[in-house]
Amino acid sequence: MKVIQVQAPGLLTAVQDLGREGFGPMGVSPSGAADPIALRIGNRLVGNAEGAAALEMTLLGGTFAFPEGAVLALSGSDFGAMLDEKPVELWTSFEARAGQTLRLGPTRSGARSYMCVQGGIAAKDFLGSASTHLLSGLGGHEGRALRKGDVVKIGEASGSYRKRTLAVKALERLSARKTLRVTPGPQGEWFPEASRRLFYSCAFRVAEETNRMGIRLQGEAIPMSPGDARQRETGRNACPTVGAGEMISEGVPLGAVQVPEGGLPIILFVEQQTTGGYAKIANVISADLSSLGQLRPRDEVRFERVDWETARSLLIEQERLLASEELIVK
Amino acid sequence: MRYTLASMDTSAAEGARFQFASDQSLLVYFGHRITLQAHERVRKLLRLLELQPLAGIRNLHPAYCSLLVKFDALRMGHDELEAILRKYLERLEEVTLPSPRHLEIPVCYGGEFGPDLGDVAAMHGLTPKQVMELHASVEYLVYFLGFVPGYAYLGELPEALVTPRLAAPRRRVPAGSVGIAGTQTGVYPFATPGGWRLLGRTPLAMFRPDGDSLSFLSIGDRVRFVPISPAEFAVRERK
Repeated sequence: MKVIQVQAPGLLTAVQDLGREGFGPMGVSPSGAADPIALRIGNRLVGNAEGAAALEMTLLGGTFAFPEGAVLALSGSDFGAMLDEKPVELWTSFEARAGQTLRLGPTRSGARSYMCVQGGIAAKDFLGSASTHLLSGLGGHEGRALRKGDVVKIGEASGSYRKRTLAVKALERLSARKTLRVTPGPQGEWFPEASRRLFYSCAFRVAEETNRMGIRLQGEAIPMSPGDARQRETGRNACPTVGAGEMISEGVPLGAVQVPEGGLPIILFVEQQTTGGYAKIANVISADLSSLGQLRPRDEVRFERVDWETARSLLIEQERLLASEELIVK
Repeated sequence: MRYTLASMDTSAAEGARFQFASDQSLLVYFGHRITLQAHERVRKLLRLLELQPLAGIRNLHPAYCSLLVKFDALRMGHDELEAILRKYLERLEEVTLPSPRHLEIPVCYGGEFGPDLGDVAAMHGLTPKQVMELHASVEYLVYFLGFVPGYAYLGELPEALVTPRLAAPRRRVPAGSVGIAGTQTGVYPFATPGGWRLLGRTPLAMFRPDGDSLSFLSIGDRVRFVPISPAEFAVRERK
């Protein structure tokens, strides 16, 4: 079995696939790649099924050796990869010969880069997925981020090397967005008109303490006065508010923009809590969830409201592009 | 804000209300109060959806009086899902819930394990011993599992112990910590940040990835806390 030797792990490198859906009743969130589009395309470039497990690197990449060689592709952000002394092209499959070393550095674009390998990463499945759930220490490689000296197994692959590249046009259309499109959150109406205006007109900065559980934002606080919420308690959209922004806990979707006390929004991300007790003003649309995975601390983001129909057609359009024959150039 | 008719409709007969939560999820509310009736409806709908799974539903997040249903947005829309869920709701009365399991959780109260025990006692004019006795005096219901893997939301706390959560959450609460917040109590399965006031710690593993049921507690279980000494805690922890 071929392996990858981890000579330097980078800042946070972990095994991810498309996650484990269906365990919400146990409080288990799906986890999975922060930028699933990059993972899916990277896998196709090496001839894998698009949900195969790969290595997700965050902000700073690692150094990896391939004692028996491997067919690889890097997708997502540009971490300045070098194969021995030669720069590696992003979004293109390449071959590492036995004994070669792949070095990645700090990001030159977004937050995450994926190293996809022909055959996929062979990690033990937990609840049907190889993805690492860092908080609970489950899945992936021993339930944790990779460390120096780790040896990661590569799955069996039948195909040989074949150069494949992502079409330039597709790359343009799938590039990560800084203006996130959202639909109204289930408690959107609890927020005073002025707060909603503020939310949709301001730029927010991604905070340093952002991780796979949640993307914390800094900037203008979005107020939700308890008085305003209580007035609504008698209305149709009865609001079970117990404090500013707090309510009876309920299930929370991926990409929910919750506003806790203090008014600074948090976007719930792939390793999210499954339930929560803060009011949600908006929700990032499915077509823009991959963009969340490329947000770096100090990046500036804005929110743009779209209607339900638009959200749906953007997703359908994106999936059509991802499934199209022209996506990959051989 | 303009919602479609579907998202604001209320059916008096079923007492359920539907709300779009995201472009791939729909919330079903059974009222807006934490009641046994709402809890049973959540469980019955959850059970029905687990026994007769619906193609296109990807995940379910039960809570006190709501169920979040995540669906494959490429296969169906909110309205279509709502129509199907209404049919499920009509059959809720047919669902029999299994009789609850009665479980015990050993807890070592106070000291380093329960750093907030003294404060909670002082806030209510009680002694730490009285707080411990009160907390261990009633049987709690597991309303649902949420937040992190295996985290059970237990209620109701005895009236005399109802306490607001900490103003500033701790950055790290050790695994096994037993906390209270509002009328709720619960056990942290993993070391996570947390704002609940900590009364003690259990040596039990709450989440068991190698076990059959994953979690020590399941929705609908009845639970009692049983005080143990630090010596007993040490013995059980080693197991």
